[in-house]
Amino acid sequence: MAKAELMDYDKALELFEPVLGFEVHVELNTKTKMFCGCANEFGSGANTNTCPTCLGLPGGLPQVNRQAIESSIRLGLALGCEIAEYSRFARKNYFYPDTAKNFQTSQYDEPIAFNGQLTIELESGRQVTVDIERAHMEDDAGKLTHMGGAAGRIQGADYSLVDYNRGGVPLVEIVTQMIEGGEADAPEIGKTYVAAIREIVKALGVSNARMEEGNVRCDANVSLRPRGSNILGTRTETKNVNSLRSVERAVRYEIQRQAALLHAGGTITQETRHWHEDTGVTSAGRPKSDADDYRYFPEPDLVPVAPSRAWVEELRATLPEPPAARRKRLQADWGFVNLEFQDVVNSDLLDVMEATIAAGAPAQAARKWWTGEIARLANAAGVSADSLVTPAQVAALIELITDGTLTDRLARQVLEGVIAGEGTPSEVVASRGLAVVSDDGPLIAAIDEALASQPDVLAKIRDGKVQAAGAVIGAVMKAMRGQADAARVRELVLKRAGSAE
Amino acid sequence: MSEITAEQVAHLANLARIDLSSAEIDRLTIELGQIVDSVAKVAEVATPDVPATSHPMPLTNVFRDDVVVPSLTVDQALSGAPDRAGDKFRVPAILDEE
Repeated sequence: MAKAELMDYDKALELFEPVLGFEVHVELNTKTKMFCGCANEFGSGANTNTCPTCLGLPGGLPQVNRQAIESSIRLGLALGCEIAEYSRFARKNYFYPDTAKNFQTSQYDEPIAFNGQLTIELESGRQVTVDIERAHMEDDAGKLTHMGGAAGRIQGADYSLVDYNRGGVPLVEIVTQMIEGGEADAPEIGKTYVAAIREIVKALGVSNARMEEGNVRCDANVSLRPRGSNILGTRTETKNVNSLRSVERAVRYEIQRQAALLHAGGTITQETRHWHEDTGVTSAGRPKSDADDYRYFPEPDLVPVAPSRAWVEELRATLPEPPAARRKRLQADWGFVNLEFQDVVNSDLLDVMEATIAAGAPAQAARKWWTGEIARLANAAGVSADSLVTPAQVAALIELITDGTLTDRLARQVLEGVIAGEGTPSEVVASRGLAVVSDDGPLIAAIDEALASQPDVLAKIRDGKVQAAGAVIGAVMKAMRGQADAARVRELVLKRAGSAE
Repeated sequence: MSEITAEQVAHLANLARIDLSSAEIDRLTIELGQIVDSVAKVAEVATPDVPATSHPMPLTNVFRDDVVVPSLTVDQALSGAPDRAGDKFRVPAILDEE
């Protein structure tokens, strides 16, 4: 694959205005497929979830999954769309082995949802409103594995293997209008838009929203318009960009590639392009051709979907608070600065933080534990933080620190015990004997012993060199196996040594 | 008369992966033209208050509950496949090296 010439990004933006468009496919997490009762399950054995309908065998007849319709309507509403009073399925005809039916059941001129809007906020605080043209329902294709040739890529494969488990899984395809005026933010707009969609479908509970499992997939359209011109450039469509970071990189790459090509007097071919995660480049796929004449026609085997206004309103009432609004509310409630709040959001800890704080923990303490020690342990174990401990346990732990039963150091040991399944924080404190020694008696005994064994230190403290007390405090904390409040120990050391402080 | 041309029929045949001889294309051009003309006759009597009909039955919202039913076994699913590799369908490579 010849490496494409790239223009410096800033220069590309001086000469051209990027125009974007996105198609995001969301796989719904229904129990069954869109048109048949086969399980909608990721990771089953190959071709174990198929039937005559999703394999397109003679006699197979599709039946619409009510839950998929409800999920699609709710997603449409959450994107600010109007919901069609009358909506039909259509066959999109093409020959490719990812579908055994030789058509995809999709929607053409009567999508279930249309005319939406989604406002996203970039890191700079800039707000961008993305107009949603439509959100339509369709079924997913099977999974092809290309064998031989260049390392599993479609180019140069010797043959392909097909698993139709995914064939027929319900999808909602969300199509934006042209996004203009993005300028240098264009790549970030792509990333943030897809992140916002992902967050919405997660909050709605309509998709597992795991990009790494292909639950949310993005096709990015990019074209460049020369400055001063009002004629749109030819666009390319980069397919299946499957991580947020890749969306950003792919848009940026296409801007730089197209700019170099146009500037050198070349032309852009309208084509699909493949994104290569490893090398961070796109490569030419199939140009638009006769094969893109899909001959859509109404699916004769499915009757129209005509959701009553009452049903739509019933579904609207089930919508959760929009994720962006929720974030704003929580950040204000918790009084976090942007950096602190981003830390929580990026670690996917909003839900557990909210629950921990609702259980009585101060916001900063909750943040400190969830993004600190708990996140560290979760990372080390390769699991998610919320799978280690519950918000209630963390709130109880913080309570024990606040009331002086535990120091941070002891609390870390208690946390270990809780994670190991030894019970609630209080139970672990009791069973491991970890509470801070709050009785001064044993502390004074340990301090006197430490001072007696370090007469030179004692002398220094008496002379007012209080920083020398560190050595004694260390020895006492060691003798108490950490179960003492260091501040109280310091106070007592100075007192027992007869310091001037 | 309809405006169906032999080129259109050849194009459609290509899209549908049907290998037609030129004699067949000529015959189908005439036949498809006649069908289009017949449909056009119907359009003459359809007034604007008659909406386009894609489904003859006055039915909407026919749904099924989201309940899993047993699927085919892998062997049943693969029984009609021209070729298989393990539990997967094996198909020829699709795109050539570019």
